Amino acid sequence: MSVLLHPDFTFIVQGITGREAVNLTRECLDYGSKIVAGVTPGRKGREVHGVPVFDTVEQAVAHHGGPIDGAVATVPPAFTKDAVIEAIENEIKLIVVVTERIPRRDVAQMVELANERGARIIGPNCLGLITPGVAKMGGIGGPAKDAAKAYKPGVVGVMSRSGGMTTEISSSLTAAGLGVSTAISIGGDAIIGSTYAELIGLFEADPQTEAIVIYTEPGGRMEAELVDWRAANNPRLPIVAFMAGKFMDDEEMQGMSFGHAGTIVEGAEDSAAQKITRLEAAGIPVVERIDQIPARVKEAIGR
Amino acid sequence: MRFYEFESRRIVERAGIPVTKYGFCKTADEARRSATEIGGPTVIKSQVLTGGRMKAGGVKFADTPDQAAEYADEILQLEIAGHLPVGVLVDPKAEVEQEYYAAVLWDGRAKRPMLLFSDMGGIDIEAVAEEHPDHVGRAHISNLHPIFDFEAKQAVARCGMTGSELGRASRILAALAHLQRDYDMTLAEINPVARLTDGSFVALDAHMEMEDEAVGRHRKFLESIGVDLAEPREMYQPSEFERNVKAIDAADHRGVIQGKDHGFHGNLGLVIGAGGGSLTLTDAVRSQGGKPANYAEIGGNPSVAKSCGLAKQVLQKEGVDKIAVMMSIVSNTRVDIVARGVIKACLELGKDPGETIAIFRIPGAWEDEGYKILDHYGVEYCDRSVSMWEAAGRAVAKVQGGAA
Repeated sequence: MSVLLHPDFTFIVQGITGREAVNLTRECLDYGSKIVAGVTPGRKGREVHGVPVFDTVEQAVAHHGGPIDGAVATVPPAFTKDAVIEAIENEIKLIVVVTERIPRRDVAQMVELANERGARIIGPNCLGLITPGVAKMGGIGGPAKDAAKAYKPGVVGVMSRSGGMTTEISSSLTAAGLGVSTAISIGGDAIIGSTYAELIGLFEADPQTEAIVIYTEPGGRMEAELVDWRAANNPRLPIVAFMAGKFMDDEEMQGMSFGHAGTIVEGAEDSAAQKITRLEAAGIPVVERIDQIPARVKEAIGR
Repeated sequence: MRFYEFESRRIVERAGIPVTKYGFCKTADEARRSATEIGGPTVIKSQVLTGGRMKAGGVKFADTPDQAAEYADEILQLEIAGHLPVGVLVDPKAEVEQEYYAAVLWDGRAKRPMLLFSDMGGIDIEAVAEEHPDHVGRAHISNLHPIFDFEAKQAVARCGMTGSELGRASRILAALAHLQRDYDMTLAEINPVARLTDGSFVALDAHMEMEDEAVGRHRKFLESIGVDLAEPREMYQPSEFERNVKAIDAADHRGVIQGKDHGFHGNLGLVIGAGGGSLTLTDAVRSQGGKPANYAEIGGNPSVAKSCGLAKQVLQKEGVDKIAVMMSIVSNTRVDIVARGVIKACLELGKDPGETIAIFRIPGAWEDEGYKILDHYGVEYCDRSVSMWEAAGRAVAKVQGGAA
């Protein structure tokens, strides 16, 4: 058992002929992921690194001859909603949305439809997810050899609002000998498909995972949701958190957005200070220094 | 995207929400005409995007058209927080019986728009929600289904309203819900909605914000209400540094650089990335006693020219003689290209890279090639075995050592 991905997990890349998508396809294939098709309207008949390209998701599914597990959507913002809904309506159950700058209403629409259809969206504005040694879905960790260097199989589940920091944190867990069970770049937008609280149950059910690390930022109410989830669900996994962007609590920074679209302090509840207080009150330690994460995890799991 | 009050007024009017007669005026003469048409006492309000108008003297009450003209003249020349108004709004001094609050905004947790209505308007809604929760009605609406009238009615009824007022208020809230959806507003707020002495409901003051990502698809609508899309609408005037970095970024499509220095007053220049990495590093510098001169984000593999341009802008800021070049582990951005860019910036400004670059900490793609170049110029660098915190600490120590 693992979190979302497994050795036979199949997926398609939507917008596969785009520059970023071509790189991502190469990286995932090299890592051992099973990309069974790509979709770019009007480009049927081409190949990208040996992956056949189709005009529609329906054609990709027909070519594969059975249900496809996932899709990575990397298409321009104006077309992302349609692409994601196309994937959902073709029975794809896990969709990683890489695209950034998608209007919030479009995101909310695709997330609501995914919920109705029993599908899950990761992102938007994310790098995807990786189960070290098994598969990676999206640009997370970069080229296969770089991903292998930063991500070794292990016991810590990582969820992060920043794609780059997912790798930075995982690399430090790898260096500390803890390794990573699955790392998910959940996306930096104000509305995302899967929040900490909506993913943590998967880690709780994964026997390989012994602890969780979350990376978070000011903006939004996702930490409050996580705290509520834990209060209601008797969790087994300890969590260690890191909060970036504390400087945004300064008076002069109010209303300014830094780093990611969702990272903006709009009310007192969004501020770094309030979030840290809330997490710590719920028994989730928030480390001051990024490099204290591995030691704090070891302490939590008694290693 | 933020709107001026008069634009928000036009937006709610377009959505079929009743408003009082008003005039947007750019001269004292126009204000006199507008006040004459409205008849009776008027309110003259400065049209600026910053808050605190009342305190600054940007809102005045006039009894006659001549007085309206006189106040308009004053207000048009009055700078508020560094901004001159784009005009004045002339409003009637409305005969208000009761004030209400209506809003539609995103509930990120529910991932749906939320309708809000209160019969205690005109004041801070958060305080009302805290002290009188039974006077705030809420309802979430679907993103996929049509907006039904009963949903607005339900929200209004939940704050305890009934009778003919229920219907009138519900119609306004329903129209506001459509407006929020149709025009991708992150915030659509009317505070107050007023019941006038004649029983009619009008929007007295509206506050609209459109999501930046959606502005492109509403271009026509925005032009139709007189919005100039070329006009900057930031919360503050961009600095020379911010304008220059923006121009360098726009000149080349490869990679992205961003720079901000609003609220940063220090002496350590930051050439950092990417999104989360920049937040983490800025905190790490400050927590260790450093004073950043700016905030920056490098991402998406920028060209040598772009990295060079950003570093030069940072180095040309007053009081900055050292920069820290740091990122979280990169997989797309190339270490060697950033290294070449920042060294080039030092050389072109006649500075020694080894002295000027306090620390270079970018591990990841093409790092060996990058480290070779840095070695050549005697720049101190480190790989992923040195944490972002530690790298930031080394940079701070060097700047403070230099100042002592």
